[in-house]
Amino acid sequence: MGALEVKELSKSFDGREILKNISLHVEEGEFVTILGPSGSGKSTLFQLIGGLLNPDHGAISLDDDNITGKRGFISYMPQQPALLPWRTVLDNVILGQELHGTKDKVKAKEMIQKAGLGGYEQAFPEELSGGMKQRVAFIRALLSPQSLICLDEPFSALDDFTRQEMHEWLLSIWSQYKRTILFVTHNIDEALFLSDRILVFSSNPAQIANEFVIPFSRPRKQELLLTEEFLEWKRKISSTIVQNGLGGESDE
Amino acid sequence: MVKLLGALWKKGWRPALVLLLLLTIWEVTVKVADVPTWLLPAPSVIVLEGWSNFGNITHHLQSTIGLALTGFVIGCSVGLIVAILLHLLPGVREAVYPLLILSQNVPIIVLAPLLVIWFGFGVLPKIIIITLVCFFPITIAALGGFKNTPPEMKHYMLMAGANKLQLFSKLEWPNSLPALFSGLKIAATYSVMGAVISEWLGAKQGIGVYMTLASSSFRTDRVFVAIFIVMILSLLFFGIITLFENLLIKGRRKGA
Repeated sequence: MGALEVKELSKSFDGREILKNISLHVEEGEFVTILGPSGSGKSTLFQLIGGLLNPDHGAISLDDDNITGKRGFISYMPQQPALLPWRTVLDNVILGQELHGTKDKVKAKEMIQKAGLGGYEQAFPEELSGGMKQRVAFIRALLSPQSLICLDEPFSALDDFTRQEMHEWLLSIWSQYKRTILFVTHNIDEALFLSDRILVFSSNPAQIANEFVIPFSRPRKQELLLTEEFLEWKRKISSTIVQNGLGGESDE
Repeated sequence: MVKLLGALWKKGWRPALVLLLLLTIWEVTVKVADVPTWLLPAPSVIVLEGWSNFGNITHHLQSTIGLALTGFVIGCSVGLIVAILLHLLPGVREAVYPLLILSQNVPIIVLAPLLVIWFGFGVLPKIIIITLVCFFPITIAALGGFKNTPPEMKHYMLMAGANKLQLFSKLEWPNSLPALFSGLKIAATYSVMGAVISEWLGAKQGIGVYMTLASSSFRTDRVFVAIFIVMILSLLFFGIITLFENLLIKGRRKGA
């Protein structure tokens, strides 16, 4: 469950092409990252997959079901945690389930425990730190019944220390509850550390410029970041970005 | 309860002091300048009159409270229903919104006699008047509250597959509660005023009737008694709404 297939997707706004002929495939249980500069149309791609927008051309399917323009088939974690301030952590976490019928508070509590937020079930979001809020937002996505989780630059607002901590945390909890993940970021380290596969986006209009299969074994630890192999990969990906002229500022 | 009284004392002593000061100035001025009671009675005279005449006022009071409460409930319900409809039907909203504002520009004083011509001297025209003054702040507050939903939360709900009803009931409605309560507070004080004005049209009893009787017989002290009663009543309504607000909107206020 959770295999995503995007075929020849194109989208324009006011005559300006944002996405051009995007085709990608995410295997069941795979962690795929889309790496691209800000404003390269990554969020538009997510809105298409989430069914908020209709593509001009192309189709999206999940487990061979056509979900183009249909909402409710993916689970989502946004850039800002977007927790409802009047709900406790527990009630926030089950929101995704609530929208689709069944509520499982026992499982929710268990996951909150495993996520290292035990004792915060009845706390309100404003009592939590930025990293904790993002954990809650991720558990909410994980508890939602859909098999594919889309994460839209979820850690970009965090400081470097918290972000690295969150990466390891994310991988450990993901390894326990295997789900298909489509991750979007503009951070090369983040993409390398987390993913099975990286798709590099070019911008104006967005196209897939390169694809890399990341061979690092799991579980991955922080030490990986300083290994020669990791840095080699980083150079490799950076150089393709420079070659493609993707490093510059986008006008969006 | 003790905690509540403590908080009330902590917040309330400044305005209470100013009020006391004003009343003292008033009392002293009236006494020193020897102002006749029919022109401006001293606060002490007003309090004494209210105290000794309280038995005669209670039925007026009951009638006004009943009227204000009924009008408030109906007005708020209408206001809320209008707000929800306008929110869920944006096309209708654009068409009706200017009319809503215009409805508030019709002076009640002019409208009231017309309502009597159309509906007689019964309860109906009075309720209509209170409803008219109450629904507007509720509608505006609720519409504002619905509209003020943080875009990132709305985006999450849509991406997660919430339908229109879920979006409203789980996000827009709870998000609008603080705004809604501001509207309720305004409507609560308006409802007392609306009730008194509607009683001027012609009623058998009520603070409005008591007020007109007193002023036509130059019982200025009684007019002031009526004014104070209206003020206290408004304050009481306001306080009750605030109490409900604190009970309902606990969690989100902690940080503020």
